Amino acid sequence: MAQGRIDSTDKAHRLKMQGVCKRFGATVALDDVGIEVSPGEVLALVGENGAGKSTLMKVLSGAVKEDAGQMWLDGVPYRPSNPLEARRAGVAMIYQELSLTPHLSVQENIMLGMEPTRLGVVRAKQVRQRAIEAIKEFDNPELTPDARVSNLSVGSQQLVEIARALAIGCRVLVLDEPTSSLTQQDVERLFELIGRLKRQDKAIVYISHFIEEVKRVADRVTVLRDGKVVGSSDVAAITTDEIIALMVGRQVEELYPRSGRQAGEVILEIEDLAGAEKPESASLKLHRGEVLGIAGLVGAGRTELLRSLFGLEPVRRGRIRLGVYTGPASPLRRWMQGAGFLSEDRTKEGLALSLSVADNVTLSKLKGFGPLGLVLPSRQDGATRRWIERLGIRCQGPRQLLSSLSGGNQQKVALARLLQHDVDVLLLDEPTRGIDVAAKAMIYKLIDELATGSPAEGRAPKAVLMVSSYLPELMGICDRVAVMRRGRLGPTRRIDEIDEHKLMFDATGAEVTG
Amino acid sequence: MTDSMNQHLSSLRGLLSQTSVKLVLALIGIFVFFVVAIGVQEAVNAHRSNKRILAELEAAGVPTDERQQDRRLTSPWWDGYDASLRFLGRRNLEMIALHTTIVGMAALGMTLVIISGGIDLSVGSIVALSSVVIAWLLQYAGAGPLTAALGGVAAAALFGIISGLLITWLRVVPFIVTLGMMLVVRGAAKGIAREQKIEVDIARQKWLQELLHTVVGTEHSWTLAPAGVWVWLILAVGMAAMLRYTRLGRHIFAIGSNEQTARLCGVAVERVKVIVYMLCGTFAGLAGLMQFSYLTVGDPTGAVGLELNVIAAVVIGGGSLAGGEGSILGTLMGALIMTVIATGCAQMWLPNWVQEIITGAIIVVAVGLDRLRHRRSI
Repeated sequence: MAQGRIDSTDKAHRLKMQGVCKRFGATVALDDVGIEVSPGEVLALVGENGAGKSTLMKVLSGAVKEDAGQMWLDGVPYRPSNPLEARRAGVAMIYQELSLTPHLSVQENIMLGMEPTRLGVVRAKQVRQRAIEAIKEFDNPELTPDARVSNLSVGSQQLVEIARALAIGCRVLVLDEPTSSLTQQDVERLFELIGRLKRQDKAIVYISHFIEEVKRVADRVTVLRDGKVVGSSDVAAITTDEIIALMVGRQVEELYPRSGRQAGEVILEIEDLAGAEKPESASLKLHRGEVLGIAGLVGAGRTELLRSLFGLEPVRRGRIRLGVYTGPASPLRRWMQGAGFLSEDRTKEGLALSLSVADNVTLSKLKGFGPLGLVLPSRQDGATRRWIERLGIRCQGPRQLLSSLSGGNQQKVALARLLQHDVDVLLLDEPTRGIDVAAKAMIYKLIDELATGSPAEGRAPKAVLMVSSYLPELMGICDRVAVMRRGRLGPTRRIDEIDEHKLMFDATGAEVTG
Repeated sequence: MTDSMNQHLSSLRGLLSQTSVKLVLALIGIFVFFVVAIGVQEAVNAHRSNKRILAELEAAGVPTDERQQDRRLTSPWWDGYDASLRFLGRRNLEMIALHTTIVGMAALGMTLVIISGGIDLSVGSIVALSSVVIAWLLQYAGAGPLTAALGGVAAAALFGIISGLLITWLRVVPFIVTLGMMLVVRGAAKGIAREQKIEVDIARQKWLQELLHTVVGTEHSWTLAPAGVWVWLILAVGMAAMLRYTRLGRHIFAIGSNEQTARLCGVAVERVKVIVYMLCGTFAGLAGLMQFSYLTVGDPTGAVGLELNVIAAVVIGGGSLAGGEGSILGTLMGALIMTVIATGCAQMWLPNWVQEIITGAIIVVAVGLDRLRHRRSI
């Protein structure tokens, strides 16, 4: 650190932010935050949701005006008053939600808003040429100038967005959670691309929840907590646990708890299940008192498996037995049979964001909240308050609208619905996607408690079937894991018989060795 | 001391930020505005006419002290006060209630549809159809008033069910389905009536003609307003309670807020939607009954464009066309605001086009302010 100071002047930094402060009303979002990125360097910015990462990036992109602090680009003072100015200055943002127009072609998207024109007429040839130049770099067969963006995979769409940033000649590239919806292959491609951009002397700010990723791709890491920089280090000089400890402000001893679970009777059994397209064939047995994980790549048919189990997608073939009930059933029946489903997409499907916390928690079972089948809001609130307390949902009360809660708290609300309904079989699709470490730890603990049960309080152990793309998490909390590849579910294996590498091999289709 | 005051202030502010409370205040504000404006206008008019009379008298050579004795002179203050009092008077208030009932009745159903994230453009046509069916049953089928009324409302409900089924089966957006139904129902109404108004003999109407006729000066004066208005208000209370305290109500909100979530949570989305459109048809049918009672004819070409007034009432009342938002109380206020403006403008002798411009501006401003508040709170 000290060495860096001696041989680098301010000019050596591509981007330097210093003493940035920002308040929203009474809350301090940023308190004297400073970061530095050199050309050809990847700086990882990590922190829990609400730590101030996005506010800092909004300041950088000119979307939010800082209360105090300075910024320099290549030693020149930089103060953008809006996102357009930031883009013109060479600061490009790639957000989690892609900002492409799906109906237009790749080249139109890349050149959108800066089409070369003559007398107001777009010069098509130039557009094409510059777009080809921008995507040449990526070496991806799916990316052709005329391809419609809506037909591309999410990974390729992201590349289009990066191509757009490169086409305007950006100097600083900010990637906000770029891998959260990518397949493992696309993640690899993205990392390769980041390596190439580094060699081109771009400065990259990389925001992510995945510490393993950060360790792989970044040169330096800066940790934010409660709007302050709590640590900054070379990636090589810090361990994952240390980073997590900095993020949550305490040592996380046991991120993945595992109590003494006792596998009971088979509660869910499926045989050769096939959906409309996916899955092609899936068989498994889920016992009470266990957590069964399903690994695999995005698009392998894992989500479709859960959805067809829950009656949200058609079943073409196969047998399903849930408790004493057999055959496919509608979501309403499944809830009544004692199964609950947590969607992977909480904003589009899992939750009604314009409704209150209480309405979301109680929606699947509006019973027992008043005489004559009436639903009295006061009783809804009472039931909800219990879960707010138990799960530590940060909100003003049961009547707060869900849209104003953070991602982690929203996810807890979605889970609280399954708990309020008191289901025996929990079908969880990516239960920890896009939420911070503390919320993740809470959810892991909850899953463990559910699977273990508590005879003292008269709570029977539940059965959890969980889909996740995050292997450490599957390895951490599951008792058994099965891998799904191209619509086919492989055999279920005990967690102590396998490791992450084997799972990855199975998922990507490489031969399993040993 | 200051703490408790702050607490009171913030709870007051919370109360004021509620859409329905704001609307009540807005309604009162508009009312007061017209009371004052009409009073001032009348006073100014009286003052001007006094001046003109005095000038005429002076020109005719009447001596000064005799001019003041002229019987045509009035007191401007008294005239203004009297006009204001008339606007606040029982007859006028009853008229506002009468005029709101037709739109307000249909708006109850539209509120449900809009909260569920849909829209129903066939409401105006259904009002016409219902009034035609009632008139036809009375005049040509020899039905009694109750049978006729039920028949009209049932026909309306039937078309609501058809809309609902088409929307859920064909998965066509409500805008298109109900746009089609608007023409279909209008055509059906014209067919039944053979493209003419159906006049119904007074003797056959019996109590139907009194549903929406003024009670001032009749033996029913003690009821304050005709039965139709009370029916409307009672149904409004019923719908508000349904939305708030029943599963159907919570499900309607859930579907409007996020249909996929509702489906995932086991809400029978299709069934709820059909029920919602059926209720919308039913309330449009009841509005048709009120229309018939008011006009005492079945008019197949009546109520054209009424659906837009109905939608406007819901939207002024805080309903969001994106679904998931809206309230019965808000809708009532929205409908009342539109009538008060219409009545006030009429009594100020403003031409119709002024009133239309004002109503249009109110719709845009009301919704615009609401959106602005939403954006700030996010």
